[in-house]
Amino acid sequence: MSVFLQFLFSGLTIGAVYAMVGLGFNIIYNATSIINLAQGEFVVIGGLLMWFFSESLRLPFLLSIVLAITFTGLIGLLMERLTIRPIKKKDLLLMIMITIAVSIVLRGILMFKFGKDPYNYSPFTEGDPINIYGAYIQQQTLWVIGITTLCIILMYLFFNKTMLGKAMKACAVDPTAARIAGINVERMVMISFVMSAMMGAVAGIAVTPITLMEYDRGPMLAVKGFCAAIMGGLGRGRGSVIGGFIIGILESMTAGYIHSGAKDAVALIIMLVILFFRPAGIFGSKTIIDLRRF
Amino acid sequence: MRITNKRIFLVASLIVLIFPFIFDSAYTLSIATFAGINCLSAMGLCILMGYAGQVSLGQAGFYGIGAYVSAILSLNYGFPVVFSTLIGCVVSALAAVLLAIPALRLKGHYLAVATLGFGEIIHVVLNEWGPGGPSGFGDIPKFYLFGYVFNTPLSYYFLIWAVVMTLMAFSLNLINSRFGRALRSMHDSETASSAMGVDVPSLKIKAFVLSAVYAATAGAFYAHYVTYISPSSFSLFQSVLVLMMVVVGGITNLWGAVVGAIMITLLPEALREFKEYDILVYGLILILSLLFFNKGLVPIILERLQKGHRA
Amino acid sequence: MYMRTIVFLLFILMPLVALAKEPYKIGAILSVTGAASFLGEPEKNTLLMLSEQINRAGGFNGVPLEIIIEDSKSDETQAVLAAKKLLEKDKVLAIIGPSTTGETMAVIPTVTAEKTPLISCASASKITEPVKERYWIFKTAPNDYSAVEAMFEYMKGIGIARIGILTITTSYGDAGRIAMKEMAPKFGLQIVADERYGPKDSDMTTQLTKIKASNAQAVVNWSVGPSQVIVTKNWHTLKLGIPLYQSHGFGSKRNISLAGKASEGVKVPLGRLVIWDKLPNNHPQKALLKKYSTDYEGRFRSEPGTFGGHAYDALMMLTEAIKKVGPDKAKIRDYLENNIKNWSGTGGIFNMSPTDHCGLDKDAFEMVVVKNGDWEILKY
Repeated sequence: MSVFLQFLFSGLTIGAVYAMVGLGFNIIYNATSIINLAQGEFVVIGGLLMWFFSESLRLPFLLSIVLAITFTGLIGLLMERLTIRPIKKKDLLLMIMITIAVSIVLRGILMFKFGKDPYNYSPFTEGDPINIYGAYIQQQTLWVIGITTLCIILMYLFFNKTMLGKAMKACAVDPTAARIAGINVERMVMISFVMSAMMGAVAGIAVTPITLMEYDRGPMLAVKGFCAAIMGGLGRGRGSVIGGFIIGILESMTAGYIHSGAKDAVALIIMLVILFFRPAGIFGSKTIIDLRRF
Repeated sequence: MRITNKRIFLVASLIVLIFPFIFDSAYTLSIATFAGINCLSAMGLCILMGYAGQVSLGQAGFYGIGAYVSAILSLNYGFPVVFSTLIGCVVSALAAVLLAIPALRLKGHYLAVATLGFGEIIHVVLNEWGPGGPSGFGDIPKFYLFGYVFNTPLSYYFLIWAVVMTLMAFSLNLINSRFGRALRSMHDSETASSAMGVDVPSLKIKAFVLSAVYAATAGAFYAHYVTYISPSSFSLFQSVLVLMMVVVGGITNLWGAVVGAIMITLLPEALREFKEYDILVYGLILILSLLFFNKGLVPIILERLQKGHRA
Repeated sequence: MYMRTIVFLLFILMPLVALAKEPYKIGAILSVTGAASFLGEPEKNTLLMLSEQINRAGGFNGVPLEIIIEDSKSDETQAVLAAKKLLEKDKVLAIIGPSTTGETMAVIPTVTAEKTPLISCASASKITEPVKERYWIFKTAPNDYSAVEAMFEYMKGIGIARIGILTITTSYGDAGRIAMKEMAPKFGLQIVADERYGPKDSDMTTQLTKIKASNAQAVVNWSVGPSQVIVTKNWHTLKLGIPLYQSHGFGSKRNISLAGKASEGVKVPLGRLVIWDKLPNNHPQKALLKKYSTDYEGRFRSEPGTFGGHAYDALMMLTEAIKKVGPDKAKIRDYLENNIKNWSGTGGIFNMSPTDHCGLDKDAFEMVVVKNGDWEILKY
């Protein structure tokens, strides 16, 4: 029993990381129908900046968090201004390529500022891991799960209960109609990038004490987070979170019960199966997918 | 003078023939050879994306299959290299069918992710079960034909570019044939072309198979040139690289794929001066060309030339 | 009037120009960026620092040394292109590197065809074996086998019979895995669990749990990069109860500080570069290691770690060879093969020969344990 539980906890730990990245994808997607492949870099920037403010500059814990999130948000803003807004005709391929190019540049800058070493800082609460029926779970993992849940709730409230959120969703479905309705589409796009960057930063800040952070963690996080978002249904916040946990647990169970070398393949195969048979994902809806621009 | 594909082809062939006599160092010839190998991958992707309109982030998977199958058959089972290359193409084609059938209904991001997933699965398989695992293997036989072994820089250069030009001629004909026109109409609107009697599903599968075969050919030639391969050359990064070649050069134009491939191959060499800053410059050049030449270099150049001519 | 002054000056300056000597060029192909940058970065820094020192001391009787470093970006294709460029455009006398086994294997045909000596910084034994086919190829990194042998000899000595191994799915981890599987029976060890993980994985508790369940008496992790630290922290979190051994890739104080108190008690086979300050004063390598380590830390504010030393040894060997036999590729190669005997380097005491182009064995390693946040040599 404790062995199974341990595998489960491991899966939750890994899954929480993917879940948070997937959430970030959905914000920009909800506002623009763009998939931002530089999302992974926001996570890395958040983690590294947190180290910079709290360990290198030795600023107080909460101040460091605020600064790290704010700075990352600014980078999101810059990205949108410099590379997204200038493009008039936003076709799918171009957007994919531009976000990939931005991720390359961001990685290069991170490499210069932080070098190639991994960085770490203390978890939010110090203390022994928690023992449940013989299986151990780190306290920081509980923090990550808790923060993820909080973020889902906040995102749900934002996109469904506030005017701003609903306006953003309208822009993704039909920007022209949104404009006619009086929504400032450009501003919505910009806000979505800032929010997504900040969400990425929160993910990075929360997971670094568990997994460490280095300059080139971005692409792998982006791919797995993207898979989580697709699995759960693009555009559905809680879907991507569930997707993230499913991928994490699947990887862990495969490593535990089948073969640890093949676990990456398993998650990918499951994702492909979902794509082929239910592309809208677990929570998505086919009609809504067809209505989207991409 | 009107710019036709035939004229461009003649000029290109001339350049290919003269090039090694002007730049005759082994170093430049290697760069040119790698550029040729990349051209093959890029051309395949261009047909799939530019003409058939299907996004693919998994080109490296087919590239890897071609390389590994050809290398293993020729090294471990003594197959003549030409045959092992062909079988590599066949295996790659089968994989493409396997991917294309379920992927038929997918579009946009979903198709992109499916192809990405496919490429990654191939990478994991090669890493886990390929000979030598992550470390790869070597001693792969060089390419030979009727007893002649291509082991000088010059001979391999001509071999590769002969293959490139031949496939280019084939592709150009294909694009202008019924098949090509059907592809393009499918790109513009699947519903409309279906209504006109085009068998859209079978066409999509054929497009995937075609791009896979081109990539597999590139992979095989790569393996028999470097004679040492490992899974790290066939990862997502490689898929993205090929994607860049096509997008920067001009996705709707086969010559664009060639120009893009040459440029992306040359770029790291040209950036050697910048030492470690090269990755930054690389990314910036990419962003700038995507922002300002977003149709791709070749279409823009062609447009300018046509306009100038008309005036 | 002015013309005469100019011509006069030219006459004075011209012989001076002729006196400015053409430097001796040595090329280097290193993985400064990319997946293997943990190797290439310290190697590059070492070469830069060392070449400056050599030139300040007068170079080769007044002839300066020029090191041309190319970044292979941890990619085999780029390594091959870099080799061709160095050989052809820069006409280097010898090449140091590449940093990884795969890249080295890819470059061997090019270098052999150009009859240029190559000293690789990578560790696989197939780089220098079979020696008959590696006439021009040498390496300064000890074989993976040697680190495993040192570790297993210690384990046998303290009575361990069953181990669980945990390796990363990159060529570094794979090489360790193959070496461990081959060496285990020779030391009476049984591998009861064989687990793997990817380079960017965030949690290895599943694999560690399986190893514990297999009744192993010790767990060996073979990887480099953040995963070493994550495994250490997971091992500590799970209170596994069995000792953790790491590969020599763990050899840097940074890893100890990143893992925090979790690293207490971890055992590692280390090259003496990392533990120079714990060596007895009369050890033949100590003075050299001390100088290299303190110079490096003073200049780059970080440790050279296990891997920087491979580049150091390669350059020192080449420099010695050039000083003795001059800028002749074939003579340099012969010197490397025949005159590097009992040679004190950072990696160990080298003994090259026509049948051994590596020159090191398990004595290059000491068994070390982490105690109170520092290294301590294990006596056994």
